[in-house]
Amino acid sequence: MNNNLLEIKDLYVNAEEKEILKGMNLKINKGEIHVIMGPNGSGKSTTANAILNNPSYKKTNGTITFEGEDITNSKTDEIARKGIFMSFQLPEEIPGVSVTNFLKYAKNKVTGKPVKIFEFKNELKKYMEELNMNPSYMERSLNVGFSGGEKKKNEILQLLVLNPKLAILDETDSGLDVDAIKTVSKGIEMFKNKKNAVLIITHNTKILSNLKPDYVHVLVDGKIVKTGDYKLAKEIEENGYSKYRN
Amino acid sequence: MSKTKIEDINRNIYDIKNKDEYEFKIEKGLTPDIIKEISKQKDEPDWMRDFRLKALEVYNKLDLPTWGPDISELNMNDIATYVKPKSKLNSSWDDVPEDIKNTFDKLGIPEAEKESLAGVGAQYDSEVVYHSMKEELIKQGVIYTDMETAVRKYPGIVKEHFMKCVPIYDHKFVALHGAVWSGGSFVYVPEGVKVDIPLQSYFRLNSPEAGQFEHTLIIVNEGASLHFIEGCSAPKYNKVNLHAGCVELYVKDNAHLRYSTIENWSKNMLNLNTKKALVGKNASMEWVSGSFGSKVSMLYPMSILNGEGAKTEFTGISFAGKGQNLDNGFKVVHNAPNTSSVVNSKSISKDGGKCTYRALTRINEQAKKSKGMVSCESLMLDDISISDTIPVNDVRTDDAEFSHEAKIGKISDKAIFYLMSRGMSEEDAKAMIVRGFAYPISKELPVEYAVEMNNLINLELEGAIG
Repeated sequence: MNNNLLEIKDLYVNAEEKEILKGMNLKINKGEIHVIMGPNGSGKSTTANAILNNPSYKKTNGTITFEGEDITNSKTDEIARKGIFMSFQLPEEIPGVSVTNFLKYAKNKVTGKPVKIFEFKNELKKYMEELNMNPSYMERSLNVGFSGGEKKKNEILQLLVLNPKLAILDETDSGLDVDAIKTVSKGIEMFKNKKNAVLIITHNTKILSNLKPDYVHVLVDGKIVKTGDYKLAKEIEENGYSKYRN
Repeated sequence: MSKTKIEDINRNIYDIKNKDEYEFKIEKGLTPDIIKEISKQKDEPDWMRDFRLKALEVYNKLDLPTWGPDISELNMNDIATYVKPKSKLNSSWDDVPEDIKNTFDKLGIPEAEKESLAGVGAQYDSEVVYHSMKEELIKQGVIYTDMETAVRKYPGIVKEHFMKCVPIYDHKFVALHGAVWSGGSFVYVPEGVKVDIPLQSYFRLNSPEAGQFEHTLIIVNEGASLHFIEGCSAPKYNKVNLHAGCVELYVKDNAHLRYSTIENWSKNMLNLNTKKALVGKNASMEWVSGSFGSKVSMLYPMSILNGEGAKTEFTGISFAGKGQNLDNGFKVVHNAPNTSSVVNSKSISKDGGKCTYRALTRINEQAKKSKGMVSCESLMLDDISISDTIPVNDVRTDDAEFSHEAKIGKISDKAIFYLMSRGMSEEDAKAMIVRGFAYPISKELPVEYAVEMNNLINLELEGAIG
């Protein structure tokens, strides 16, 4: 049985005319938690955006496959419907669209099935409770006037509701206090099972004390320079990235 | 990002054209004889006939406006001003002729009435053919009828108010309106009566070359309150069509009036509508306005705050697509102390459509401690569409507060990517952003009208592209 979910081969990506990823390789199987760490500007967020095929990032070489299917040039929404989710570092504010309506619509698009409003609202309430979110946020405009922490929790809420096969968390822990990080970790634990996978992109290790990654990758200057287990994250926490820079 | 095509609003249900069946159609062009004939046909009292002739004189003297969108294609001689439908005024839906009924059926009027509406005055061409009102309102002394009937049955009230709020000298199209007005609604709410269900009127144009000159006169007396809803849509024709209606609203002391309207004209229409409210002491006047369709629109509702503590609020949205030039806005004059005005205007333009917000806020010297607040926001869906803001702020006292905020923006690629990453197509994402943008206006409308507006920007936009 093939357990492979995502495979990135020799990927080169430009952002704003500048080459950011320079021969990236990555393989993620079902049931795994991967972590990409790296200094600022190493290409962490570019990796996430490239997987979702953000049109602002141009691929010049390489392929991305998901469950054996080439998604290198698929449209973002098609990739999302195949089961890849990205938690944004800076979630967009959408005035006039409530969290409930947005998520109901998104769930309908992702599952291709009608969403039963009563059941859906109960599900939403349950998840919000787990994430320590005020239920009044259900009727508020998406991310408008949310604090940084609330926006990140709202991303995790979306993760739980949309239940993808692969969750990419782009700097979800950045700018959060200890309690918020715990809540976010709890959300990820709730999501995680043997059939799905998580890719955590971060530049610190705080979030990792609650989650047990299977693989830790060090990304420097657009390439993965070292892959290890949880101990590698600890080592970086103590010594930084200088060892991996040229 | 690849170019997205958001289709035009699906106008199928609005562009239904009936056979050109009229028992009476006036000759083209405007002469005193034609005006007399209109008046005779309507069986009007002499004073109204003389008023029309006076207005015609003023019309002939005034020039076309020299500012705003180009309306030079307009040829008044081409526009038949009066078309009388085959049916007379009916009080029961069963009596309405079949083809007219079909048109209304497709616009959902009987269904709407079944809901919570207190009365329906639907204007077919130039005369009201369908009218009903709940007993309760009659008992409370509320008068809701078509304008022609009001002229005959309530001459005292009409004479005192008719074109006193909007004088025929205001501009050329108001003078024209005074000469040829036909149809429209008359509402009179007695002192202290609170009408708790919205009154609705629905009118549309259905004749080639026919202008529509309906007159709406609403009087809300001391301490009374009313919500009136006016909506229009017109079938599509190739020739230029003119709409020069007139709305006069009298909001007496301590009274409250909300006037909601959705103007949804076919894309060949020149919409030059004039609307004005006189607001008394501690009274409040709320406008909710959606402007869709039409080729050119020049629409600037106005509140004149004459009484101390008078308030007004304007919430409006315009949507301009290909070939459309919507020049809309709001005017307010503060004439008394402690008055306040709040303006929230939004516009959406796409496919080269042009939206202009043109507005006036004047706070006169005697309007001490008054407050004015204007906020306008524009959303452009592509690089070829145009949005402009031309506010005139004229504050003549130091003892007043005024603020103006304008935001013009293009739909954000980042926001589109965010929504697409949640499984929505690019078109769905754009539609959701537009819906959200319009939400502050649609939420102000009663359900039936929010649905119509949803038909226009939400569902139709989504349906056409989804």
